[in-house]
Amino acid sequence: MSESETQSNQSRNQQDLPVVLIHRLSIFNFSFSTRLQTHFTLVDPLLHSPEPDSIHSFLSRHATSVSALLCVGPSPITSQTLSLLPSLQIVVGTSAGIDHVDLIECRRRGIIVTNAGHAFSEDVADYALALLIDVLRRVSASDRFGRSGMWPKYGTYPVGSKLGGKRVGIVGLGSIGSEVAKRLVAFGCSIAYTSRKKNPAISYPFYANVCDLATNSDVLIVCCALTDETRHMINKDVMTALGKEGVIINVGRGSLIDEKELVQFLVQGELGGAGLDVFEKEPDVPKELFTLDNVVLSPHLAVLTPESFAALQEVILGNLMAFFTNKPLLSQVQLE
Amino acid sequence: MENHNHEAKANQNYLCNSLPEVLVLEPPPVFKFHGDQLSKRFHFLKAWESPLPLHQYLTIHSQSVQALLSSGRNPITSEIIQLLPSLGIIVTPSAGLNHIDLQECRRRQISIVTAGTLYSEDVADLAVGLLIDVFKKISTADRYVRHGLWASQPDYQFPLGSKLGGKQVGIVGLGSIGLNVAKRLEAFGCNILYNSRQKRPSIPYPYYSDVCDLAALCDVLIICCGLTDETRHMINKEVLLAMGKEGVIINVGRGPIIDEKEMVGCLVQGEIAGAGLDVFENEPCVPKELVQLDNVVLSPHKAVHSEETLMALCDLVVGNFEAFFSKKPLLTPLVDY
Repeated sequence: MSESETQSNQSRNQQDLPVVLIHRLSIFNFSFSTRLQTHFTLVDPLLHSPEPDSIHSFLSRHATSVSALLCVGPSPITSQTLSLLPSLQIVVGTSAGIDHVDLIECRRRGIIVTNAGHAFSEDVADYALALLIDVLRRVSASDRFGRSGMWPKYGTYPVGSKLGGKRVGIVGLGSIGSEVAKRLVAFGCSIAYTSRKKNPAISYPFYANVCDLATNSDVLIVCCALTDETRHMINKDVMTALGKEGVIINVGRGSLIDEKELVQFLVQGELGGAGLDVFEKEPDVPKELFTLDNVVLSPHLAVLTPESFAALQEVILGNLMAFFTNKPLLSQVQLE
Repeated sequence: MENHNHEAKANQNYLCNSLPEVLVLEPPPVFKFHGDQLSKRFHFLKAWESPLPLHQYLTIHSQSVQALLSSGRNPITSEIIQLLPSLGIIVTPSAGLNHIDLQECRRRQISIVTAGTLYSEDVADLAVGLLIDVFKKISTADRYVRHGLWASQPDYQFPLGSKLGGKQVGIVGLGSIGLNVAKRLEAFGCNILYNSRQKRPSIPYPYYSDVCDLAALCDVLIICCGLTDETRHMINKEVLLAMGKEGVIINVGRGPIIDEKEMVGCLVQGEIAGAGLDVFENEPCVPKELVQLDNVVLSPHKAVHSEETLMALCDLVVGNFEAFFSKKPLLTPLVDY
């Protein structure tokens, strides 16, 4: 435990610990309650005894004075839920994306929202690279080939494509996008990007329009947040601009891509390949993709390493402690 | 009509006969992908297509052959070389030389051309790809999704992956490939250590002359060196156990550098955490125990197989043979072998 943690512990007893409401769908486990319980009183409707009739009735009875909410995983926070929490001042998220939170309502109420900050960025960037190398060099497809016993019969496996020299367009040059770029440079790729705004500190070529980026890229890596503006931003026009040899990697959110169009493009050979960690309706993955060898499919795993969870705990703890002691937050998201 | 066909065939034969002759015992992959292009420049004597045993084929057909295109893997023994009295050049589309009897070549002063560093980036890319795959279970996850298990088992917690940043990576063989691997993994935040025949004074990474010492300090070992008498089974049981139960091994060198039987045993018994393998002791055979394991990624010796590199290789083969036949300096000769 850090010094400030020990000090804040000594100055409180159990009854005085600030209250944090835990908000989660039952499928999401909450694995770091022990650490948080030394600093906060955690109220989790799903663990309450007696079991509440409904979350809503629980909240209206017990949570009217709650100022802080910890949202576990992509558990939706609707305006209805928010209306039952009149004293709420902060929503602490446990993911990089916060598209599951009603941000319009939060902005209206002046509720602060924090996300996972940089906790996941390196792991997601590593994953994006893994998917790209896999698609271009057919790693998983040839692993299947090796396992199937076909190597002795059919000799060598179809040829892949070199990474070096590829023009990679990064969609969203935030924390994750920057880490992706750093890695790609070591493989000899050239980088260009699109973002909400051009970043004057970045020397990579900037395209205001994702279609122009696609026209000038061999690969698109989608790393941005899902908002109303970015929903289905990778659409038919963008995929056409990317071209028949083009590769799309998505480690953002499924709905950033028009999935129905993507499947058509891939099935008809209008796109070179795709590496996807996210989908529009997880855990449902379009079955047409199952038989394609130029596609790598992943069940939304990019962040799942012990190291990133440890980093996430620090960010969550840090944000909650900062909130309750009026100090600057670690990873506040600007709500536009 | 018949006359026309006969003439066309005669023309073709004439053209073939006027092209320089190159002997091929077994076709290299570049032959498969660029054979037509190569056949426009050279007349290939295709030993593998003949029903004759090799010894006889060579005695009958290849007395005047000056040039040989190796498959990159099939052995070019002293016996074969002795059956080719006019041999002046061997072009091998590989970085490795373990399949060629170098002593005999030296004795006969035969020029050798390799792929040099043409492959280094592609091999390094694949080594990193295999490592991240093992660490983050990419291929396992892909299988899981393709079998419909993600949707049908919503309560199943997929095993956690492992972060690359901060890991200690030991590179065995810090040549062109090894250096390219190091450059890439540094961008992921890995710490690089190495073992090589000799310490390289200009390289800042920590050096370990004993590969077992290196293994004991590392989370990952990446095998990038050539196969020689010294390196055969260099990665033995002792080295594998020194890696520890969380250790991961990646091999993009040659299968026999690792004692494959021991490695399979260690993987099956959980003495090491995983492996990414592009090469095997008895290709194209893959030990069947590995096929059952989820912590292993198998690649059928294709580290160099990208379209771009194969095209560059084709140019290299053509360029070197043309230089040889026109008595000009070779483009990428092996020096001091």
